[in-house]
Order: sequence, then structure tokens, then C-alpha cells
Amino acid sequence: MSVKIEVKDVIKIYGDKPELALKMIREGHSKEEILKRIDQTVALQGVSFEVEEGETFVLMGLSGSGKSTMIRCINLLVKPTSGSVYVDGKRIDAMDRKQLREIRGEKIAMVFQHFALYPNRTVLDNAAFGLEIRGMPEDERYKRAEDALEKVGLLGWRDRFPTELSGGMKQRVGLARALAVDPEILLMDEPFSALDPLIRNEMQEELIALQNEMKKTIVFVTHDLDEGLRLGGRIAIMRDGRIEQIGDGRDIVTQPANEYVERFLDKVNRASVLRAEDVMTSPPEVLGDWETAWTAVKKMQRKDMDYIFVINKNNKLVGVLLLEDAIRLVDENEKNIKKMLKKPEVLEPSAPLAEASSKILNTGIGVAVVNEEKNLVGEVSWREIMEIIGGSR
Amino acid sequence: MNLMLPLMQALPKLPIGRAVEIALDFIIRTLMPLFDAITWAFNGTISALEDALLFLPPIALIVFIAVVVWLVGTKWLALGTSVGLLLILDLDLWGELVETMVLVFISVIIALLLSIPWGIWMTRSNTVEKITVPFLDFMQTMPAFVYLIPAVMLFGIGKVPGLFATLIFSIPPPVRLTHLGITQVPKELKEAARAFGANERQVLTKVELPLSIPSLLAGVNQCIMLAISMVVISSMIGAGGLGEVVLMGVNRLDIAMGFEGGLAIVILAIVFDRASRSLGNYREIRTRFKHKEKEVKR
Repeated sequence: MSVKIEVKDVIKIYGDKPELALKMIREGHSKEEILKRIDQTVALQGVSFEVEEGETFVLMGLSGSGKSTMIRCINLLVKPTSGSVYVDGKRIDAMDRKQLREIRGEKIAMVFQHFALYPNRTVLDNAAFGLEIRGMPEDERYKRAEDALEKVGLLGWRDRFPTELSGGMKQRVGLARALAVDPEILLMDEPFSALDPLIRNEMQEELIALQNEMKKTIVFVTHDLDEGLRLGGRIAIMRDGRIEQIGDGRDIVTQPANEYVERFLDKVNRASVLRAEDVMTSPPEVLGDWETAWTAVKKMQRKDMDYIFVINKNNKLVGVLLLEDAIRLVDENEKNIKKMLKKPEVLEPSAPLAEASSKILNTGIGVAVVNEEKNLVGEVSWREIMEIIGGSR
Repeated sequence: MNLMLPLMQALPKLPIGRAVEIALDFIIRTLMPLFDAITWAFNGTISALEDALLFLPPIALIVFIAVVVWLVGTKWLALGTSVGLLLILDLDLWGELVETMVLVFISVIIALLLSIPWGIWMTRSNTVEKITVPFLDFMQTMPAFVYLIPAVMLFGIGKVPGLFATLIFSIPPPVRLTHLGITQVPKELKEAARAFGANERQVLTKVELPLSIPSLLAGVNQCIMLAISMVVISSMIGAGGLGEVVLMGVNRLDIAMGFEGGLAIVILAIVFDRASRSLGNYREIRTRFKHKEKEVKR
């Protein structure tokens, strides 16, 4: 994997005195101070990051955090006041207009928040827009636009106009228009924010599925951390034109860099990013399969357990014994526990937590976490799940 | 008032009118050959077009106009057009009608050729916008009769000064509506075009102009209407046509003649107005053609 996009210390100032504002930033004056004293708006104050080839990189922030300005600096719809942007190692903010148009037309495509479809063009002509700009003959560009529409499932609508489409369908056309030029980089500026929650989920899933197949480099802007976590790549959290933290979903959920990042986590569905190993505890007690029913009852009663995981001499998990079954064995004077063993639900340490919760719901007891050698490494019980949902972890 | 009087006497009246007069006089004296050439060229074009249209049998021209109206509008509009034009033919005003149509047609073409680029230019540069807006106000609000004087001085009596006065009067609305149409195109749509590598020309031809077509057509419609309304006024300097019929009716207090001339102008105006408005159903026309194309391909 190589670095596809490199952003180095980008500063963007809106106003008529950028030089002065730049000087003030370098002297350490704050954004508010610059706005107050010389009436210049600082949109980005030194942003740096790298995006690997094939990665889905999320820029997350509230409105006014500079995320939309930042994504526009990548195809230079917004020209950085200072700093540099490299795509494939070439510095694009120093390119002349012609080179820039070429790179925009062939390498980088963009999807917009409010779709930005042309109301006077049919779905097909909208999807073929990028190719038309490139000057491709009609037959060829329609063929490629049709392929792109097929990918997003809208081929049947090719002769309709955008006003006849629902929001979700419009954004599919927006996506098809971007895919039709077969770009290496896809810039997505809050593409699903204007959609209903249900449609949004559906579109996110589809994007993930498409991305698994296409392996494009995606820069995705969102104000919704849940959405960012769902897409599964690295996330940069922005505030006031700065990056507060960069990391993958787990890093951010488990080790928020500061209070600001933490505040987002309150509203986030942690179960979607955390893994079994992040929340598992070691079972209070385990039982050897050579031990008797009587020992099992004693062990469970001592630790107030309803069930106990059973391992063999090689430390491998062989089953789970419920307290009621153990008591019945004792009543029947049966020492051997093996025939009463149940097959427990198991998870790998890297399994997502969402899977654990559904398994717990199925069985009503904890889920065993086992490694590749089938050794018991921990368990996820109701208690952990409730704590995550309740937000105390 | 008493206080104002000595003040008024102390200040001389600014000789604005006199200055314009002198400037015009200078222009006429130095550039007369140029204006003569323009007059000659336009007179030639106008009479050639008139001759060509009068050469056709009136019925053929009526059928042709009705078919064009049908293509852009509805069959009812086409029917109404034919009835109206037949009425004018019946009133024995056909020659005057053709004269007026030719004058309107040529002035509208020239007005649009000037005003649309002007409107586009205004969207590209704030300075141009600031400078030209007062000019447009001036052109629109100055009473149209005032244009007749310099028009006659520059081009003499006849159709060409009528054309000149009509042009000045009918240029501002399409300029403003072109400017309005383009500035109303959502920013995101222009940005999207640039994001896909469009150059400035492509942004204009593929996004801005197509999306401002409703506004542009409103400009065309306004231009045509104003040109027709100038017809009566410019008949005062010998532009001929239906306006002259009305003018004669007024001069002779001949109600019958004045009314018939006026009615013919109304019919012409309604036909042009409805037909140019029907052009607004641009998308419909486009899809109609698209479907036809597809059928042809199959």
C-alpha cells in the first residue's frame, strides 16, 4: 500500500488579507482573534494527514469545523492559502489550470451533499456528464454511464429526469456520475446527510459493498460519527479547522484524545466498533471436565454463577454446564458431568460486539471467547453488554 | 422660496441638453459616411426580406407560420394564429403586417445578439455589472420618443432609425434576464462541473446557459414584446408598417382605420408572445426529439 493523498500543513483563509492572517496564525493568534481584529475567516489552520491507496478515510466534524473546505482542497475547488496537497506524489496546488482539469477529470471524482444533479439532463446524461466534459464520443460515454448506473441499480431509470427520483435515487445517480469516469479517488462530501435515516443506512451498506469490490481511495466527509465508524476506515476528527484526533474507529472509541472527542462518543453506537476482546472479562471460575458434578455446584455457588465453562486438560473449551443441570446430576448421584454439557456459543476475540449481543440473546447465558487453539480466553456476559449500551464504558 | 430665488439666479443652469446636442452634432459631422453605410446596408437587408416575404402568396406564409407555431406550441395555438393572420389579410393590411414583422424580426435578432453576451459578461465581472446597470436603467426609462431625434439625425427618415430606436428600447430586459438566469444557477451545480474538470467555457455552455434557458426565453419574449410596442412610435419617423396605419387613423380621426391597425398589432403581439412563451417548454421539446431519435434508431 502506498500513500495516495498527502496533505501537509494546509491553511485556508477567507478574506482579502490572507497574508496578514497567515502571519497572525504563525504568531499563534487564535481564530477568533483574527476574525475580530482583521476580519479574516480562518477555515483551516494547519491540517496534515495521509490517505493510503484503497483506504476509506473519514473527515468528521460539526459544521464550521472545516471538513468541507478540507475535502475541496484535495481537488483544489478551494485553493489552500498555505501548505501543500500531493496526489500520487505530485503537488497539485502548484499545477496549472490544464493539468488540474486533467487530474479532476480523470483521477478524482466527487459526490455532493445535495446531489448537484443537472435538472435539465436525463439520468443517463447526468451519469455521463464527467465523460462528456472530457470530450468522449456519445456512444462510448453512454455505454460507460450505463455500466455505472447498473452498479448502483438505476439502469431502468436512464431516461428519467432527476425530479422524478427520490433522494436516495438521486444520490445513486450522483455516485454513478462519479464512478462513470472510473476515478482513482472518490471525494464524498456528506453524501448521505440529506437522506432519511433508513435510506442512509441502506446507502452506507451499499457503499461498503461497492468499496469492497472497487477498492478506490475514498475521502468521506460526515458530521455523524456513527456513519464514520460504520465505514470502517481511519477517522480524522476536526474542530475549528484543526484535526483533534486521527485513528481507526476502535482507537477513537477506546482512547479518545480529549474531552471534545469524548463528547461525540456519548451518542455513538459503540457496539458497532468494539470487539469481543475489548469488553470480555475472564470467567470467575472454570471447571475441568474431569471434575465431578458436586465440585461444579460448589464452585458455582461460591462465585454466585448460573453456569460455568468447562475445559479439558489441554485447556480447550469443551462445553458449558448450567447450575440447574449440575444440581440435577448431584440429585441423581451422577458424578460424570460430560453428558450434561451444553455446547456454548463462542466468538473469536476479534468478533464485533454486535455479534456477541445477538448470541447472548439466543442462549440467555454468556458467550465464550476462544482463540484459534480453542483455548478459553474470556467471556462476554449480559453485564458487559448492558454496560456498553448504557454508555458507562 | 424667497431664499432660493437669489441662489437659483447665482447658479447658472447646467447646459446638459446643449452638450448632448453638440456631441451628437460632432458625431454626425465626422462619422456621417459610416452611418450612411449602415443605413444603406440595413435598408438593403430589410427590403430584401420584405420582398421575399411579399413574393410568397399570403396563404403560404400563413401556413408556414402556423406550422412553426404548432411545432413549438399546441395545435390550438396554431389554429388561433391562422385565424388571426387570415383576419389581417382580410382587412387588407397584409403588406403592412409583413413590413412590421420584418422590422421586429431583424431588431429582435440584433438585440439578442448584443444582449445575451452582454448579460453573460455582466456575470463574469463585477465592474462591468456596476458600469452597465445605470446604462440599462437609462435605456429603459428614457421616454422612447427621445431616441427618435438622434435616430433621425444619424440615419435619416425611414426604417433604419426605427430599427435603431427599437434596439435601444428592447435590449435592456434580455440583458437583465440573462444576468439573472445565470446568477440563479445553484453554486453547487457549477462547482460539480468544475470538479469533473470543466473549463470556464464548458461551465457556461453545459451548465449555466442550459439551466438559465427559462430566464433567457423570458428575455426573448420581453424583447419581442417591446419591439412590437415600438412599432407605432417608430412609424412617426417613417418606419412604415402597421404603426403607420394607426398613426394615420389618429391624424385623420378615422376610428375605423385606427382600430383595424391597432387590432392587427394586437394579433401580431399575441401570436409572437404565445409562440415565444411556448419555447419555454424546452424540456418537453427536447424529450420529444429524443424519443423521435430513438424511434428512428430502432
